[in-house]
Amino acid sequence: MLSRVAESIYWMSRQMERAENLARFLEVTLHLTLDQPDSLVDPWGPLVQITGDNEWFHDKYGTPNQQSVVNFLAFDTDYHSSMLTCLRAARENAKSVRETLSSEAFEQINQFYHFVCDSSASQITDPTAAFFDNVRDYSLLWSGILDSTMSHDQCWHFANVGRLLERADKTTRILDVKYFNLLPNVSDVGTAIDDLQWSALLLAISGFEAYRREHHLMNIEKVVSFFLFHQTFPRSARSCVAGAHWSLGEIEKCSSTELRGEAIQQIEALKHRLTESQVKEVLAGGMHQFIDLVQIELNQIGESLTYDYFNVARPS
Amino acid sequence: MVPSNSQSQSQSQNSDPVDASPNTTSGSTHAPQLAGYQCDGFFDEMVDQQTTARPDAELLVDLINRMPPGELLRRQNAIERSLYQMGITFTVYSDEAGTEKIMPFDVVPRTISAMLWQHIDAGLKQRIKALNMFLSDVYGDQNIINDGIIPRDIVESAPSFLPECMGLKPPRDVWCHITGTDLVRDNSGAVYVLEDNLRCPSGVSYVLQNRHVMKRNFPQVFSGSRVRPVNDYPSRLYSMLQAIAPAGVTNPTIAVLTPGVYNSAYYEHSYLAQQMGVELVEGRDLVVKNKHVYMLTTVGLQKVDVIYRRVDDTFIDPKTFRKDSCLGVAGLMDAYRAGNVSLANAPGTGVADDKVVYAYVPAMIKYYLGEEAILANVPTYICQRDEDRKFVLANLDKLVVKAAGESGGYGILIGPHASPEERAEFAEKIRLDPRNYIAQPTLQLSRVPTLANGILEGRHVDLRPYILCSGQDDIWVMPGGLTRVALKKGSLVVNSSQGGGSKDTWVTAEAGQEVAVDWQNE
Repeated sequence: MLSRVAESIYWMSRQMERAENLARFLEVTLHLTLDQPDSLVDPWGPLVQITGDNEWFHDKYGTPNQQSVVNFLAFDTDYHSSMLTCLRAARENAKSVRETLSSEAFEQINQFYHFVCDSSASQITDPTAAFFDNVRDYSLLWSGILDSTMSHDQCWHFANVGRLLERADKTTRILDVKYFNLLPNVSDVGTAIDDLQWSALLLAISGFEAYRREHHLMNIEKVVSFFLFHQTFPRSARSCVAGAHWSLGEIEKCSSTELRGEAIQQIEALKHRLTESQVKEVLAGGMHQFIDLVQIELNQIGESLTYDYFNVARPS
Repeated sequence: MVPSNSQSQSQSQNSDPVDASPNTTSGSTHAPQLAGYQCDGFFDEMVDQQTTARPDAELLVDLINRMPPGELLRRQNAIERSLYQMGITFTVYSDEAGTEKIMPFDVVPRTISAMLWQHIDAGLKQRIKALNMFLSDVYGDQNIINDGIIPRDIVESAPSFLPECMGLKPPRDVWCHITGTDLVRDNSGAVYVLEDNLRCPSGVSYVLQNRHVMKRNFPQVFSGSRVRPVNDYPSRLYSMLQAIAPAGVTNPTIAVLTPGVYNSAYYEHSYLAQQMGVELVEGRDLVVKNKHVYMLTTVGLQKVDVIYRRVDDTFIDPKTFRKDSCLGVAGLMDAYRAGNVSLANAPGTGVADDKVVYAYVPAMIKYYLGEEAILANVPTYICQRDEDRKFVLANLDKLVVKAAGESGGYGILIGPHASPEERAEFAEKIRLDPRNYIAQPTLQLSRVPTLANGILEGRHVDLRPYILCSGQDDIWVMPGGLTRVALKKGSLVVNSSQGGGSKDTWVTAEAGQEVAVDWQNE
C-alpha cells in the first residue's frame, strides 16, 4: 500500500481512539465530582497533568475547573489534542484515504465529527454524562465498523496498530489520574472514597464489570494489575501491546526485505516487560514512574513506524 | 435458498402508498402539485404548454400530482440530509470554521425520451470520433490545417495547444478517453452542443450519487419509468483504462492522480478510485525512474501502468511544463513518450475544447468523417474574424460573449442581462484581444420543474453526458448525465460555482435495453 495512505490510516485511527479516550477521561471525572464530597482533592487538575500539556493549559486558562478543563479537552480547537481537534484531523485523514475505507467507515467518522461539532456550544457550559456516553457509543460503533466492514489486510493492520498504541497509552494515563488524586491522601486508602475512585477508573476503561467478576472487591494491587497486565481484557496495556505486536507482525510479513523493522523489535521488548513484570514491584518502585516509562516506549514505537514504513520508499 | 432464521415474522415489507402504480386511484382530494405550474412560454422538458406530461414523463408527473402537499419537500430534505451525512460536500473556503455544503440537489428528475436519446447518443459518438481524429492530426501531420479547414494561427495560439505533444502517438490513437460534453435545448426543443470538456471533466460522481439517493427515495417509480442505469460507469471506466495499458502489459496497475484533498473535485477523484478499486495517488506518491512510473509504498517502489489523471496538462510534469508545479511528477512525460505509462486523457487534448476551435467541430466532422454533424453547435461568432467582430460589437445586448481561456462560468457576458457599463467593458476587452472571445446568440434554455420554496417552478437546465472512448470505434455514452439547473429564478447560469444545482437524469429505455432496478433488488 502507499506509504502516505499507511501513515494517514495509522493517524486517523490514533486520533479516533484519542477522541474516545478524552471522553472517557472527562466522563470519569464528572462521575467523581458527583460521587465525592466537595472537600476532597481537586478532580480537574490531574486531567490536565496527565495530558503532559500542563504549561499550555495554564497559559491559556489559569486554574483548572470544570468548565475550562471540559473546554480544553473536548472542544478547544487551538489545542492540538482536544477531542474536536482529533476528530477533525481524523476526518481529514479519512478524507485523504477515503478510497481505501469502507463507505460505512467514512460516513461514521463524518457523523461523529458533526455530532461533536454541533454539541460543543451546549456542552462547554453544561457538560452532561449523556453527551460523553454518546461519544463513547460513536467510538464503539466506529471500532465495530472498522473491524466488520474492512478486509483485515495491511491497511486494517495499520489502523489496528494506531488504535492499540493509542489505547495502551491512554489506559496508562487513566490509571495515572489516580496517582495524582490518591497519593496526597494516603489515609484514604481502603476507604469508601477510595473504592469509588477505583470503580470510576475501571468504568472509564469499561472494565468495572470484568474486574468485579474476577476479584469482587476493590484492591489496589488487583486494580493496577488489571489496568497494566490483564491478559485478555481488551483495554489493558498488555493486551493492547500484544494486539499491536500481532498487527505489526502481519505488516512485517508483507515486507520484501529480510531486515526486521525497529518498531517490531521495540514492541516485542515492551510486550515482554508487560508480561513479566510483577504488580508488587511496580507499586514498590512507583507506579507513576513505571507508567512514564511505558509511555516513552510507546512513543518510540510510533516514531520507528515512520522510519520503517512511512518514509521507506522515498528516494533520498 | 433456505431463508435464515429471523427473530420475528412481523416485519412487513415497506410499502409506500405514494409510489403505488399509476392506475391506483388514491382518492386524495388535494390539488395536484403541478396544477399551478407555468411554462411561461419556455420549452419544458417534463410537460407541454398545457402542462400535460410529455410521453416518457407520464408516470413521474402522475406521481408528483398524487403526492400530498409538502411530500416533495420532505423527500428533498431527506436526500439533502443523507448527502450531508455521506460527506458528499465541498468546503466553503471563505469561511474560517470550514463550513461545508452539499452541492444543491433538486428532487425532481429530468426525463429524456428514448427517441431523443438515440439522437444524442449518435451525435456524441460522431463528435468524439472526429475530435480524436483532429487531435491525432493536429499533433501529427496537420492535414486539416494544411488543407485550409482551420486556420493555423487559431490552433497554435490556443493556450491549451502543447507543442511538447507534437509527434506523440497515444495507444489506440485515442486522446480523449473521458469527455463531458455540455448540451442545451432551446425554445424549440432542439439539442445543441454548448461545449466539449476534454481535459478533466468533473461531475460524474454527482450523477452516480444523485441516482443512488433517488433510488432510495423513489423506489417503485424507477422500474415503472424504465430508467436506463448509470451505475456501471466505474466498471466501464476501469475497462477503458485497462484497454489503454502500454503494449505488453496484460494486468496493468491503474491509479487515479489527484491534485489532493484541497481540490474542489477531490471527492470525485476519491470516489472513482474507490469504486474502481484502484489507488488514488498524489504527485508526491509517484517517482519516475528509468522512464517508468512508480508509487512509493510501505514495501518499496511499485510500477504504475495507467494513470487516470485529474491534474491539468501543464501541471503533470514540472520537468516538461510548469516548473513551479508541485502537483505533478517530474519525468512523467518522458515515461509517457517512451510508452511505459498511459495517461487518460492524453496531454494536449485541451486544444480541441478551446472555445474558438469548438466553432470548427462541424467542419472537422465533415473533413474527417465526410458526414454532417448530427448535433448542431450553437451558432458562434469568432471575434478574431473581422466580420464577426463587427457584428458582435454592434449586438452586444443580444449576445452571450465568452472568454476562450476561461471555464466554470467565469469570463462570460450575458448581453441582455448586462448593464451598459459591463457591455462597454467587454467591448474593450474584445478589441484588445479578439482571439480570446467568441459570441453566441442567447438561447432560451429549456426548463424543468424544480422545487423553489416548496413549490414547483420552471428552472433552466443543461446536460453533461460523459463519454468513454477506448478506441476509434469503441465509444460509450452514459445514458443521461449531469443535469445542472440554475436555481435562481430566470438565471441561465448553471455552474455550481455560481449557485447552480443538479438533478437526476432519467433516460427511458427502449425495448430490449437494460433498465435500472430499484435499490432493494441490487
